[in-house]
Amino acid sequence: MFDYNFHWRPVMKSLPDLLEAGLLTLQVATLSMIVGIIIGLALALIRLHLRGPLHWFASAWIELARNTPALFQLFFFGFGLGAFGLHLSPFTIVLAGLSFNCAGYLAENFRGGFQSVPDTQLRAARSLGMSAWQAYTRIIIPQVFRIVYHPLTNQLVWAVLMSSLGMLVGFRELSGETQFFASRTFRIFEYFAVTAIIYYVIVKVILGASRLLAWRLFRY
Amino acid sequence: MIEIRGLEKYFGALQVLKGIDLDVAKGEVLSVIGASGSGKSTLLYCINGLEPIQKGSVVVDGTDVHDKATDINKLRQKLGMVFQQWNSFPHLTALENVALSPRIVKGKSRADAQEIAEQQLKHVGLADKLNVYPNALSGGQQQRLAIARALAMEPTYMLFDEATSALDPELVGEVLDTMRLLAEEGMTMICVTHEMGFARDVSDRVAYFHHGVMEEIGPPGQVFGDPQSEHTRKFLSNVR
Repeated sequence: MFDYNFHWRPVMKSLPDLLEAGLLTLQVATLSMIVGIIIGLALALIRLHLRGPLHWFASAWIELARNTPALFQLFFFGFGLGAFGLHLSPFTIVLAGLSFNCAGYLAENFRGGFQSVPDTQLRAARSLGMSAWQAYTRIIIPQVFRIVYHPLTNQLVWAVLMSSLGMLVGFRELSGETQFFASRTFRIFEYFAVTAIIYYVIVKVILGASRLLAWRLFRY
Repeated sequence: MIEIRGLEKYFGALQVLKGIDLDVAKGEVLSVIGASGSGKSTLLYCINGLEPIQKGSVVVDGTDVHDKATDINKLRQKLGMVFQQWNSFPHLTALENVALSPRIVKGKSRADAQEIAEQQLKHVGLADKLNVYPNALSGGQQQRLAIARALAMEPTYMLFDEATSALDPELVGEVLDTMRLLAEEGMTMICVTHEMGFARDVSDRVAYFHHGVMEEIGPPGQVFGDPQSEHTRKFLSNVR
């Protein structure tokens, strides 16, 4: 029943390419997190403080991002826009799709964060003569950041793993690259086993770095 | 000089201040007493523009607080405020709590702001807590930190909103002592308070608020010894 012979040599030979693709994965995940944090912050603030069309827009974004498959969101930026003649590069498709998704999830994290910082903090800051901008950037957001720090780490891990969907829109990140080699050599199990380990290591490094950073940042 | 004329304030349909006229001169210590919900805290928020008003005016040293053309952030530098919930910034050390606004609002250098902060923390008796985060301070210490933070902006006026109401009884004294010290130094203060001893001993005048109306104002001896209003008399007989 089990007459499969493992051949690891082809995997080992393409290991440098896989590791390079791993860097690309990390890159697209990190970039989409950065975009996601900026947009997510904006969406959360809009949803908390504005009424009318902008509020509906933010709500719709958050609803769609959280309640539809991430793969469909990627397909939208790939084939969806493609149907209207707008052809993005695979990298851009994945970056846009992941950013869209992350922004939606992060917006809800940020919203919870903002709601758990008491209003009186804002009043105290304003009473000292700080502008609204100063009060938010110096007093409110640093406190929110601590509250959402661990959810933020989780989201980055999720972005790394989710970027593997990129192979379905032709992006040669870690999974795409693995698929490419696997189908050329037919050593499918070997390739994906090694790639799984690479993903695992990437995630563990992120978690370790995040813990270290938290220890440096939050001394209160 | 703070000049309040015909001040009316509504929360929705509820009128919480019903036409207040009040002058506070430089160097004066005014205590505002009255039951909860009488509008005395709201008065303070209207004075530094944290709450908008519906009618009347508040003028601080000739500047209308509620005029749209007023640079409120600049005006607030004159009006230090201390809250019931002391509101120390939890992510900053005591020193950073105090040094932040002189630096980012007044544009002082880091070194200058630090020096001012150290000086003010020493002033309120927290010289040994410079690099401590607020969560390691008692309520009384955090309230004194809040006082130092307000003083670091070198305000002309200090507004105290029930500064001791949220404190454990054994911690009230240290905060009142700090407020007494400020009064002795000649700071102009408006203190919304439930501490009748403080109101009697420290203030130049005492105002009694009842349902959004300033029922009575006068020297503490008169307000406590010979209240003119029936409501004041009743309130004072209940609190003592």
